[in-house]
Amino acid sequence: MLEVTSLRSGYGAVEVLRGIDLDIEAGEIVALLGSNGVGKTTFSSVLSGLIRPWSGTIRFKGEEIQGLSEQAIVDRGLIHVPEGRHVFPNLSVRENLELGSYRRGRANRARNLDHVVDIFPRLKERFAQKAGTLSGGEQQMLAIGRGMMAEPELLILDEPSIGLSPLLVEEMFDLIQRLNSDGLTILLVEQNVLQSMEIAARAFVMENGEIRLSGVASVLMDDPELQRSYLGLA
Amino acid sequence: MPDLAILIPSVLNGLTTGALYALVALGLTLIYGVLHIINFAHGALLMIGLYAVYFLNVQFGVDPYVSLLIVPPLMFALGYALQRGIITRAGHGRDENILLVTLGLSIVIENLSLFVFKSDTRVIDTPYSFEVVEILGAFLPLPKVIAFVGAFVTAGILWVLMSRTDLGKAIRALAKERKGAKLVGINTEHVYAMSFGLGIACLGVAACLLLPSYYVSPQVGHGFVLIAFTIVVLGGMGSFVGALIGGLIIGVVEALGGLFLGESLGQIGIFVIFILVLIFRPTGLLGHKV
Repeated sequence: MLEVTSLRSGYGAVEVLRGIDLDIEAGEIVALLGSNGVGKTTFSSVLSGLIRPWSGTIRFKGEEIQGLSEQAIVDRGLIHVPEGRHVFPNLSVRENLELGSYRRGRANRARNLDHVVDIFPRLKERFAQKAGTLSGGEQQMLAIGRGMMAEPELLILDEPSIGLSPLLVEEMFDLIQRLNSDGLTILLVEQNVLQSMEIAARAFVMENGEIRLSGVASVLMDDPELQRSYLGLA
Repeated sequence: MPDLAILIPSVLNGLTTGALYALVALGLTLIYGVLHIINFAHGALLMIGLYAVYFLNVQFGVDPYVSLLIVPPLMFALGYALQRGIITRAGHGRDENILLVTLGLSIVIENLSLFVFKSDTRVIDTPYSFEVVEILGAFLPLPKVIAFVGAFVTAGILWVLMSRTDLGKAIRALAKERKGAKLVGINTEHVYAMSFGLGIACLGVAACLLLPSYYVSPQVGHGFVLIAFTIVVLGGMGSFVGALIGGLIIGVVEALGGLFLGESLGQIGIFVIFILVLIFRPTGLLGHKV
């Protein structure tokens, strides 16, 4: 579904992504792991068109999409739920969700709205409330719900567990798994290595703008290098 | 203390003027609330609207109220083009640049109109210019009553647009959360320009409602824009309801000031309010709301 080859990008003269290769098959959860500042968010932002790539290709459903505008990428069904949620604080929960289908999925808005509040019953309770008054966890749900409204074919979740209590993190990962079992392809960008590996089919580990390790999640878990660098195990 | 027979007409007069001020301020607050720029060209653009209504009337015999169907759409297009073609390009996303660009625009527009139209004060003559309506025992000029109603209808339309349509929601979303807006596929440049266009279209409506009871000259915008700034600060930057209420308050204060202190000192109350608001409630009556 997604095939990224030798992708380079950065800010100004600073190179952040030094040639990334990554692929995602339809129906998979793929985890992109790595600690703060390795370029994970830059990578997601290049995929969704917020940041221009310097070189390399991004193929989505067989079509090259690198350098397209954010709108053109949303049109194709690649939806990015950003780190830090970025919900519209001054709009109600309902309006936030409605705007999720601003460009894509507009025809099925009412049906998708029902579907999203089925998945996130708590959003239903807060329907008329301004998004800025929601708790962090609720805002995260809203951000994902807003993404779902665009009928994504590939959903990028950037740090969905950040800032959530351990209980909520658990709930969030269950939910991501549930979305996936309904057929949604997901790129899960996370620092939370252990829990991400549990639900992901494959994982890529990023370090310093490059992919350091990659493979099937269950196999990668036993990799001594991963254990040493990321899990603090000997 | 003057009796009610003088006070009531004065207050009503102030309300009708205030509604028009509110309309001018609505455009200003919309543009500020979304684009976070203070549009110094607001008065100059109002002046252009007034000339458009004037020439449509004088050259083609179009009634100012019929111009409501012509001038606001034209002003919308002008606003859209100015934002996309000049303000964004010359501003490079920096607030201080944008401020200077709109200031520059206003200087260019005003001096061009001085050159083309000369500084004559022009009025139009309509069959209803001197008709009056009796309300609560006070006689009010018909055009001012129409302007009052028209200003509220426009505010109502704007409210429906902002709260019920996708465009309105996108405008409000973009005002606070640019990155989120981009990620749902909102074309930010287009929506910014739409907001600017809408703000300027408000001026087109104001021009149509204003001219039957007012005049046009190249400097006509100055008085309005200064008052509109005061209203926006009074009501709360970016607040629609604030702009409406603020406009009415300022209209009444001006009318009462004129009544008690004489015509030439009438506006002093406005600026006393402006200073008091800045000292005691800098966020305005309804600040922090969009």
